[in-house]
Amino acid sequence: MKSQMNWVHAWLLLTPALLLLFAFTHYPAVVTFVDSFFSTPRGQRPAKFVGLDNYEQLLNDDVFWQVLWNNFLYAIGTVPPSIALAIVMALWVNSKIVGRPLVRMAYFAPTVLPLIAVANIWLFFYTPGFGLIDQIRGLFGLPHQNLIGETDTVLWAMMAVAVWKEAGFFMIFYLAALQAIPPDLREAADIEGTDAWTYFRRITFPLLMPTTLFVMVNATINAFRLIDHIFVMTNGGPDNASSLLLFYIYETAFKYWDTAYGATLTVVLLVLLSVLAIGQFFFFDRKVHYR
Amino acid sequence: MNRFLKKFSCAALAAASSLAIAGSALAVDLQFYFPVAVGGKAAQTIEALTADYVKANPGVKIDAVYSGSYQDTVTKALTAAKGGKPPQLSVILSVDMFTLIDEDVIVPFDDLVTSDEDKAWMKSFYPAFMENSQTGGKTYGIPFQRSTPVLYWNKDAFKKAGLDPNTPPANWEEMVEMGKKLTVKDSSGNVTQWGVRIPSSGFPYWLFQGLTTQNDVVLANSDGNQTNFDDPKVVEALTYMVDLSKKHGVMAPGIIEWGSTPKAFFEGQTAMMWTTTGNLTNVRNNAPFEFGVAMLPANKRRGAPTGGGNFYIFKDSTDEQKKASVDFVKWITAPAQAARWTIATGYVAPRPDAWDTPAMQEYVKDFPPALVARDQLEHAVAELSTFQNQRVTRIFNDALEAAITGKKEPEAALKEAQKKADAVLKSYR
Repeated sequence: MKSQMNWVHAWLLLTPALLLLFAFTHYPAVVTFVDSFFSTPRGQRPAKFVGLDNYEQLLNDDVFWQVLWNNFLYAIGTVPPSIALAIVMALWVNSKIVGRPLVRMAYFAPTVLPLIAVANIWLFFYTPGFGLIDQIRGLFGLPHQNLIGETDTVLWAMMAVAVWKEAGFFMIFYLAALQAIPPDLREAADIEGTDAWTYFRRITFPLLMPTTLFVMVNATINAFRLIDHIFVMTNGGPDNASSLLLFYIYETAFKYWDTAYGATLTVVLLVLLSVLAIGQFFFFDRKVHYR
Repeated sequence: MNRFLKKFSCAALAAASSLAIAGSALAVDLQFYFPVAVGGKAAQTIEALTADYVKANPGVKIDAVYSGSYQDTVTKALTAAKGGKPPQLSVILSVDMFTLIDEDVIVPFDDLVTSDEDKAWMKSFYPAFMENSQTGGKTYGIPFQRSTPVLYWNKDAFKKAGLDPNTPPANWEEMVEMGKKLTVKDSSGNVTQWGVRIPSSGFPYWLFQGLTTQNDVVLANSDGNQTNFDDPKVVEALTYMVDLSKKHGVMAPGIIEWGSTPKAFFEGQTAMMWTTTGNLTNVRNNAPFEFGVAMLPANKRRGAPTGGGNFYIFKDSTDEQKKASVDFVKWITAPAQAARWTIATGYVAPRPDAWDTPAMQEYVKDFPPALVARDQLEHAVAELSTFQNQRVTRIFNDALEAAITGKKEPEAALKEAQKKADAVLKSYR
């Protein structure tokens, strides 16, 4: 009897979360998957079953491949640098320095700003002629740059914004983890005469691994998920050089109103993210914990 | 969380019931989406005009909803229409006409106006603006928030370069020649002032269409199902644009931002700029030097695209609502209101008689550059618009950007764009 009551309680407690998850995550995902096998309904033409046509279109769509490649570069270019920067910043503000609260706050500030605001600030930094970067370059007699107006540089410029925005947030997790490392390890290392680098490599970094896994999963998801700055700064241009997968999905679904192809692209994104998340958890999880 | 939810649902209920009461008490309720694409007093002016109309017509209640940019507005209107609750009327880009027809959400004005007086009203607008409002012999949009690009020049910079400050370039060659004189370099060879600036970010096709029109070629047919992107004259126009920076060195290389273009002009970083008349009031208030406004330079002919938004009436509403919507559109585009709108924003009043009103006469006497856009209308053509418009213009924009950034040769880029556009438009022929 008692255990039955427990079951009821458990379900009652789970229901609200489950309902929300089903209504806003699972159901849309399933519908998206189904929609990707139908054509886009337009006006008086209803959707009809087209099998794998949308996927065939996807394989032949060079914008899709370019966007996927861009997103791959974008992930490589934002995840490791923001993690590295976060660790460096955390170590720095964890040590005894003058004005520590001020430095911590300064590093955390970009996180508090909305990405739209960040994008507008950076848009000013990058503006050729009178933007911040060009004003500084002007002091050294360097010519004007046009970082977001050239296909070769625009994606890097977008990565810089993302790293700047995210590193401070990840720093907070590392800071918490650093403070959880027992101080006697430090003392023992000092007695052994370990130098700072070895201490970091053999003690601190391994102990930070669970945090690194968590941050890495989040950073990778963000690399696919956070695209607000693309809207503000480049609209995916020039010539799709800064377009990312989610941005392309938005354009397809809500600018071109090709909802079926938008659904197909979304399925690709979902599969990609699931594989990444599962991969990270299952394959890295074993190596994460310090033994 | 719980308390928040409770509060929220209470508020929602209250809002819903008050809406229901309001709905039953009044004869006609209209919802009206309007976008704002330029700075200044556009939103206040629309709201004030709407309020004036409601005051004069007690049987009608208009809910004027500011709906963001043009892009946001068409997205919101289509989403609402697909959800079964479209606005009754909305201002949306004239080029989105085919998209709205394709989605089957709007009705032509011809179905709603019957009297001779109303039919005469539909003929009272500038033909250049109507080109983008009609297809298949029917009128789907009524011009309201319309513009056209013009050339602004810095008279001080012209004087310094030894040019006549009152003569802007009249044709392509002159723009290059003057541009060369106006391009200033510092001692280390870096450019401090460019000759000309034709912004190319986001929607390069619009100003580029100025060049193609001047080169006497049309980008798309009026049925909206055939583009002309790889015509040799289009290639020639794109080559000219690319050469402005590549060969002649009178324009900054790479993609040039729209948003920062007026600022660059004020800062003296460019001596001439091409941009919309919608910026006229902005330039008038902020340029720290004497400036001039001219029609775009000519090549084989003069030419410019039109731009901006039209009124559309949505299908899924009652006959009374449609009738009231037409009545409102008629009122707000009437000469007195159109003049008020133009003076507040810089948009081009869409019909000739608006320019004869006393308010307008006084405005242009005080500020003659306001007339340039109107006078350019006789050379203007419809803005590029096709079925699947957003997708087709995106294909075209990508090609232009690839050529401007030097990734592709103009001809190759345009050939590829034409092929892609053909694939999209095939099913509409």
